Amino acid sequence: MSAYIANFKKFRPLLNELITRDIKTKYRKSILGVFWTILNPLFMMIVLSVVFSNLFKFDIEYFPVYLLSGQLIFNFFSESTTNAMGAIIMNGPLIKKIYVPKYMFVLSRVFSSSINLLASFTALIFVMLAMRVELHYTVLLAPIPLLCIVFFSLGTGLILSAVTVKFRDIEHLYSVFVTALMYLTPVIYPMSILPEWLEPIVLINPITNILMMFRDIMLNNRIPGVGSLLLAFVEVAAVMALGLYVFYKRQDTFILDI
Amino acid sequence: MENTDIISVDQVSMKFRLASERVDSLKEYFIKTIKSQISTNEFWALKDVSFHVRKGDALGLIGLNGSGKSTMLKIIAGVLKPTKGSVAVRGEVAPLIELGAGFDFDLTAGENIFLNGALMGRSHEEMERSYEDIVEFSELREFIDVPVKNFSSGMVSRLAFAIATVGIPDILICDEVLSVGDFRFQEKCQRRIQEMLDAGTTLLFVSHSIDQVAQLCNKIVWLEKGNMKMFGEAGEVTEIYKTSY
Repeated sequence: MSAYIANFKKFRPLLNELITRDIKTKYRKSILGVFWTILNPLFMMIVLSVVFSNLFKFDIEYFPVYLLSGQLIFNFFSESTTNAMGAIIMNGPLIKKIYVPKYMFVLSRVFSSSINLLASFTALIFVMLAMRVELHYTVLLAPIPLLCIVFFSLGTGLILSAVTVKFRDIEHLYSVFVTALMYLTPVIYPMSILPEWLEPIVLINPITNILMMFRDIMLNNRIPGVGSLLLAFVEVAAVMALGLYVFYKRQDTFILDI
Repeated sequence: MENTDIISVDQVSMKFRLASERVDSLKEYFIKTIKSQISTNEFWALKDVSFHVRKGDALGLIGLNGSGKSTMLKIIAGVLKPTKGSVAVRGEVAPLIELGAGFDFDLTAGENIFLNGALMGRSHEEMERSYEDIVEFSELREFIDVPVKNFSSGMVSRLAFAIATVGIPDILICDEVLSVGDFRFQEKCQRRIQEMLDAGTTLLFVSHSIDQVAQLCNKIVWLEKGNMKMFGEAGEVTEIYKTSY
């Protein structure tokens, strides 16, 4: 175990380099550069706010903010897991040639998406201020659901990246799965419109719980209950454990399958 | 008990599935599982190879194409896990296996120095200290802010060699890398490897040029189709090797 920690420490600089590389190559040659990390979600949110305040209306106070907070959590999950899924395959040429702890590639993908998550979060605060939504002190608790979704995505990403090396079909299947999952998460709709038979299914989805915590903190001035906190921690820990286990078991065969 | 073996290779065997047998999709996987066609076509790249390297040795690996030299080096570098047997390596390994493998071609030469350093497990500060040395050795000062995609292959190799040979590693692995660049740069590389040897680095060296191996190494492992044909002092092995081909 201590050997793993020593190895992680040795390759920690790699994580920084990989994340800066992701950001640098993404915004290279654009005039505004890194500012796009915050401008892009901000513009997106403005468009969505305009569309949803005029076209569709659910019976929810500040519906645009309701929607944006949902999108913030769900889009992060979808973006980071999709990116992580390809991490091993994309870096195949490198993995074949030099020794690097392979989970670093998955970690760096999820963490560079986390930077986007922080940017979106900042943008969300701007939108809330602009719409004169009251900011409560509970907002200070926002790191809890955000960390939950980051580690939940990391666990999922580890599983996906390891399994996709062997079964490439998953790459194509996953985008369909994510779309289905989005409609099983209360991103655009309120829980109250769900028919009775569907509600338990939506509630079983771990992202729903994390998202509801996030909304409670951001919009409803409510501290998440012990029950939902505990549930989130258990679910995140389970997915992380499973992810690490699957990845660890499969990592030595990557090179033979890439 | 003192043990001066820096690398111990014990009965290492490596099995590959041949490319025709690769299963990339679920459908294929199920069909082939039902027909039980999976992994019938195996290829042993290494069969029961054992040898030990002492600290400060320079070990050459020789053999024809496909004899398993590169596979052996990749196992020692930790890139591959052997199917059977075990490899113990004590110390830091600097692999010069395929130069430029870790480059991101969209980044500049300067940025790649840090990325490659990190791939070898070196921190940003460490690389900052070696930065000047790398720029100097690779002779790429005026191109340091140019993306590597615009480099010639010679320039890429020079930069990669300069980065990989920073500092004095415990073990240096060289696979055919001395064939890069022009003869002047090759000599420069050879000098640097010699300097490291003098400083106590252990060298693992692969080359098709038996003269180059004889010049640099004191021990030789001779592989043939994955089997170890000979292991011994450089002089003896080169004699027999030369007469047998």
